[in-house]
Amino acid sequence: MPILEARSLTKRYGSTPALSNVSFAVEPGRIVGLLGPNGSGKTTLIKLANGLLQPTGGEILIDGEKPGARSKSLISYLPERINVPLWMSAAELIKFYDDFFADFDPARAQEMLRNLGIGEKMRIKEMSKGTREKVQLILAMSRRAKLYMLDEPIGGVDPATRDYILATIISNYDPSASVIISTHLIADVESVLDDALFISRGEIVLYDSVDHIRESRGKSVDGVFREVFRC
Amino acid sequence: MDTSFRSNEPIYLQLMERFKLSIASGELLPGDKLRSVRDLAIWAGVNPNTMQRALSELERDGLIYTQRTSGKYVTEDAEIVSRVKTELAEAKTAEYLRYMRSLGLSSDEISAFISKKEDENANS
Repeated sequence: MPILEARSLTKRYGSTPALSNVSFAVEPGRIVGLLGPNGSGKTTLIKLANGLLQPTGGEILIDGEKPGARSKSLISYLPERINVPLWMSAAELIKFYDDFFADFDPARAQEMLRNLGIGEKMRIKEMSKGTREKVQLILAMSRRAKLYMLDEPIGGVDPATRDYILATIISNYDPSASVIISTHLIADVESVLDDALFISRGEIVLYDSVDHIRESRGKSVDGVFREVFRC
Repeated sequence: MDTSFRSNEPIYLQLMERFKLSIASGELLPGDKLRSVRDLAIWAGVNPNTMQRALSELERDGLIYTQRTSGKYVTEDAEIVSRVKTELAEAKTAEYLRYMRSLGLSSDEISAFISKKEDENANS
């Protein structure tokens, strides 16, 4: 059964369509890039999967069920914006996550903080934007989730950290789990993806394996993206 | 490992080529144990499924083999290693010749370039 499935999924904000009749499925064990320019519907799709928005039409299913208590226990969601209490220290956040999520592995989070040289006593509000992003990603990847939904996880970090983050995603995920990474920085993530899902103006324009895209079109996913979304 | 990949070719094929080069050049020796798929994926900066596919194809070609309990190893068959070396050398030569011919050079001129360069390298 797909871990994530959209069936004729539609979302309008007032009369503005954000997603129009979108259908696709993500099988377990895949790393999928959700790729599209700004305003194409990536975040809307992720919020619908997390039950933060209600569809206007169609449905979105997580492991066969509509978003709810069970889907929240299956999905580790990294929002685009910071969603943790700023006054907490990294150590307090780890405790907070440990209390909140049964599948959270505090030792893993502590190890990653050490690897990135982030002190556990530091408060979130004292951290730079890049460090905050790293802490949030560490928290998200330290859950043993079935589906990781990462909304722009590499937007604000330097190239060395970006490499560490991508290595973290590869090394931490278990082969039966899936990862959905939304980004417009395609060249940076391309080599870690199984599949690319191109979304434009609320519609899916391409959903295929990265190898097949390269084989059939003779160019990289980044190259195809630039072609499809040429301004 | 160099983590840049050519954009016009599937990544698993490029990974296979790098393994072949390592085996043919002796960087990986017959009987060497490979690291786990996950470690290799992290090292190359690629998706584990992509690394798995590259290794499966190499295994099908006989360049590596799996010992059920202990992992993957480089083939100990010298004939296969020498065949890979020949394949890589032929492919590179063909590529070089295409390039030189596109410059409008004859066989003799191309040979002269090679001898001249070899002499230079020998004297340096």
